[in-house]
Amino acid sequence: MLVSTNWLSNYVDWNELSVEELAEKITRAGIEVDGIIDRSFGMDNIVIGYVNNCVKHPEADKLHICQVDVGGEISQIICGAPNIAEGQHVIVARPGAILPGGMKIKKAKLRGEESNGMICSLQELGIEGKLVPKAYAEGIYVLPNDVRAGDSALTHLGLYDRILEFDLTPNRSDALSMLGVAYEVGAILSKDIKLPEISYSASAEKAQSVLKLSVEATEDNPMYVAKVVKNVKVAESPQWLQNTLMSAGIRPHNNVVDITNYVLMEYGQPLHAFDYDRLETKEIVVRHAREGEKMVTLDQVERTLNDQQLVITNGKEPVALAGVMGGANSEVREGTTTVVIESAYFAPSSVRQTSKEVGLRSDASTRFEKGVDPNRVAEAAERAAQMMAELAGGEVLEGSVTFDELDKTPQRIILSPDYVNNRLGMKIAMDEMKTIMDRLQIPTDLINGQLVMDIPTRRQDLKIKEDMIEEIARLYGYDEIPKTLPIVESTPGGLTPYQAKRRIVRRYLEAAGLSQALTYSLASPKDAQAFALETAPVTKLLMPMSEERSILRQSIIPHLLDATTYNVARRNESIALYETGSVFLGIEEDGLPKEVEHVAAALTGKWVHHAWQGETKKVDFFVMKGIVEGLFEQLGLHERLQFTKATVDQMHPGRTATVWLDDQSVGIIGQVHPTVQKQRDLQETYVMEMNLQAIMQTAIEELLYEAVPRYPSISRDIALVVDRDTTAANLEKIIQQAGGKLLKKVQLFDLYEGKNVDEGTKSVAFSLTYFDPERTLTDEDVVKAHSKVLDALTVQANAQLRS
Amino acid sequence: MKEQLHELKEQVILKIKESNTVKDLNDVRVAYLGKKGPITDLLKGMGKLPAEERPKMGALVNEIRESVTEILEERKETLEQQAIQEQLENESIDVTLPGRPVELGNHHPLTRVVEEIEDFFISMGYEIAEGPEVEKDYYNFEALNLPKGHPARDMQDSFYITEDILLRTHTSPVQARTMEAKDGAAIKIICPGKVYRRDSDDATHSHQFTQIEGLVVGENIRMSDLKGTLDLLAKKLFGAEREIRLRPSFFPFTEPSVEMDISCFKCGGTGCNVCKKTGWIEILGAGMVHPNVLEMAGYNPEEVTGFAFGMGPERIAMLKYGVEDIRHFYTNDIRFISQFHRSEA
Ligand SMILES: [Zn+2]
Repeated sequence: MLVSTNWLSNYVDWNELSVEELAEKITRAGIEVDGIIDRSFGMDNIVIGYVNNCVKHPEADKLHICQVDVGGEISQIICGAPNIAEGQHVIVARPGAILPGGMKIKKAKLRGEESNGMICSLQELGIEGKLVPKAYAEGIYVLPNDVRAGDSALTHLGLYDRILEFDLTPNRSDALSMLGVAYEVGAILSKDIKLPEISYSASAEKAQSVLKLSVEATEDNPMYVAKVVKNVKVAESPQWLQNTLMSAGIRPHNNVVDITNYVLMEYGQPLHAFDYDRLETKEIVVRHAREGEKMVTLDQVERTLNDQQLVITNGKEPVALAGVMGGANSEVREGTTTVVIESAYFAPSSVRQTSKEVGLRSDASTRFEKGVDPNRVAEAAERAAQMMAELAGGEVLEGSVTFDELDKTPQRIILSPDYVNNRLGMKIAMDEMKTIMDRLQIPTDLINGQLVMDIPTRRQDLKIKEDMIEEIARLYGYDEIPKTLPIVESTPGGLTPYQAKRRIVRRYLEAAGLSQALTYSLASPKDAQAFALETAPVTKLLMPMSEERSILRQSIIPHLLDATTYNVARRNESIALYETGSVFLGIEEDGLPKEVEHVAAALTGKWVHHAWQGETKKVDFFVMKGIVEGLFEQLGLHERLQFTKATVDQMHPGRTATVWLDDQSVGIIGQVHPTVQKQRDLQETYVMEMNLQAIMQTAIEELLYEAVPRYPSISRDIALVVDRDTTAANLEKIIQQAGGKLLKKVQLFDLYEGKNVDEGTKSVAFSLTYFDPERTLTDEDVVKAHSKVLDALTVQANAQLRS
Repeated sequence: MKEQLHELKEQVILKIKESNTVKDLNDVRVAYLGKKGPITDLLKGMGKLPAEERPKMGALVNEIRESVTEILEERKETLEQQAIQEQLENESIDVTLPGRPVELGNHHPLTRVVEEIEDFFISMGYEIAEGPEVEKDYYNFEALNLPKGHPARDMQDSFYITEDILLRTHTSPVQARTMEAKDGAAIKIICPGKVYRRDSDDATHSHQFTQIEGLVVGENIRMSDLKGTLDLLAKKLFGAEREIRLRPSFFPFTEPSVEMDISCFKCGGTGCNVCKKTGWIEILGAGMVHPNVLEMAGYNPEEVTGFAFGMGPERIAMLKYGVEDIRHFYTNDIRFISQFHRSEA
């Protein structure tokens, strides 16, 4: 909503404030003023000129040499506009003027001819092209002949005006009119407001005698008022009216249409004007359209209607799409002499639906959608009739043709001052509350210590007690509300164990060198199920904005790989990222997908990089594995963790494992398949993804202290040659089982394949630590246990011992 | 013999002085003081002396021996010192060479903001509530006073899965779920999480973003409590000097509704480009829980009141750290993420 502060002065006197102060007060009271537009743009030296003489430029086809009277002085100005002509009053920017586009006007020579300024279009004065009357859209603006050369053109065009740009919240549709704004400003400033005085002398002929009305769709159209004005002379509106409309963001057309738009902006009541003669039938019938019925709207588009849409007809065919747009067949145009003014209440839902279906939103439809003030429907029609009499020479017929079943009674709200104060944490006296209601012009009685308020229909946002608390508080001033803290039955607050663990996981991964990524939950069909830990139906959007983001992800890895590729492409070749977040699997009983929190990571490039001391290491499987092991250790689950070789789509078949927590598979880890790496422009890249939820929900034993050993331990190393396929885990398991109670720790410390070892075999070395918490171990004890281990390895793993 | 001895002493001292290493010195010791050395020889030859001269000569030999030993030790000390000095010099390094890096990752700037807010409210006794990102229309809209057909819930603005299920457009459904689950009991919660809107991604819009909301419900919860709480939050996030102001606004789930501005942390209120010359920066929306919302969740709005507030961690991070494009938060450019490493404490 654009509010001209000049226009506003007609209704409320705000002039003791600066425009900035006014804007600030309005904002603080609840309607955000987004900006202030100075329509003069600080221009100077813009005057009215009279074209005394205008001849073709001898050297240029499109230019004219004009002798312009700029007020007691004749100035030669070269003009290139197609509509320049002798005898016109025009806008002249004199040398020294600076136009809103930044253009500086100077004396100049154009093809050898001197030019002392510029004859301007409205666009050149900063008026948007879509607001410029069509007649002057392509050229200079021509003023009427009752002006005087040398006067300020800006004054004449009403450009010494500042516009408040309102950012209205959806509830404040009452401020979609100048009167509504005036009520608001009046309440804020505690000022009376001046409403338009409507008076005109009507002709003896009755409107009802020339027009019949029947409303069939009474629910969608509970009130319809038509007035008839005869002998109208359609012409350009007076300058002030055109100026006012342009200041409100509306293009002037002709006096009849301009008057309906003026009243629309003044009252917030959309009006429509029909050419009475073009209606042909002297009848208006409001009904729903017939399915498939066609009509051509004002914009010359033929529209096919459905039976939910409300139309105004002449009894035979539609002449307007109710509340949305008029029809071309009944439009007021040059030569129209009798006008029917329509003012109606159309049901908000009906207009919203229709305007959405036909894809048309207008100043009218937005106001109907919010619900217009039932008590202004008839008055707005009277206001338009008065203006047509005054400005278009019309003769208003007596009375109006009306259908009215609309409820116009104000809603009553009863409020106790305690209720207000208890909710605000304040102590506002009832008298003060009453004063605020007076400022808002809400009729209020004080009965038995309560405020009894009859809410005017113009404030349809005020429905419940809490709405009135807001009115009181905002006008009393939110700055007056004290600052306190809530007193609630005390709760300990804090993170749940699950939330605390999530933070531990994140901090661990960051300490381990991984940075947290945050990627989108919506994925492409290609990525949605890639790397997923389980197979489940996907969750698709009904109306995706792109295929790229059309399905909820079932794995985090694809987007982490995208992020990795993005970074590598920007020459950050060593990347370590992790993410925790939801994946979406199948559908649960309640209809929602199963949301499971996962953790995923991607590593590529160098892991250790300390070049000058010759210490660098590329990421490999075991770097990622170590990170996963550390994570489980952090969560107290290390001893329950296992890895088994696995085959996963898009992963390297020889370098991928399933991660097990006890006997539950909780994740995958491994290298991305070389083909996939290549497709994604990546070097060797390792990923992991785990069901974090399952891991974090696994109960762990209470942390209990274990005695610090009092007796020394003894270590023995074993070197073995085994089959290449024998896994370390298998050997370790054999050792653990055979080693018995005394064996405390087994650690693989060497692995060798190649020279000096037979093909198909490998050499592995373990360090075994024996320990008895009760006593010092003897050599004999260790030899006994150790030989069992060696035997078991020989028998179960076909191992050859190396000395 | 006496002269011989003195001559020998001079000779040894000279040798000691000429020794430049501990090894040379040892050779001198062995050569002169050892079993096969001249002093031993002299002692052995003492038998040939007259008995009365023996003690005198013996004493002299011992004296010479002791003094030579002393000088030798002194020299040894010096040489050892020199050797250590030399070693230290050889071991000297360029301390300006780069250290072995400890590669730390860092958390995402949005996590940083969210956790800061969470921790602030935890310290005031709040709990953190979470809920599903894919929601029922009921919890996302209806339970929040946005009935079907309400203009604020256009299909075009939300990602629907079916007619009744959608990606949540705010974290408020967590509030609705919590109120329903609490069955009339008091509430003090913070709800952080991802939300989704059907927006094209650009510098100020993202189809996925984060929100953090708060809700307090109980007997006698007042708007002044909301103001006091938000005032502390603003000071925590943007500095102790911050002032807040509340402006009336509109949200379907609160009444009265407010927007909160903070005094500009860049210019202090005199006006700059961050605050668009107003001295104030809009930070969050809030209000008193709408009676319809309380009622739908099973509370009696005549007896129980509440306040709620909600803010965007993206906006806060953008303001706090001067980030100009919301897409940075989702591109995961390491050159961006790694800037949010250091502690601010
Ligand atoms: Zn500032």
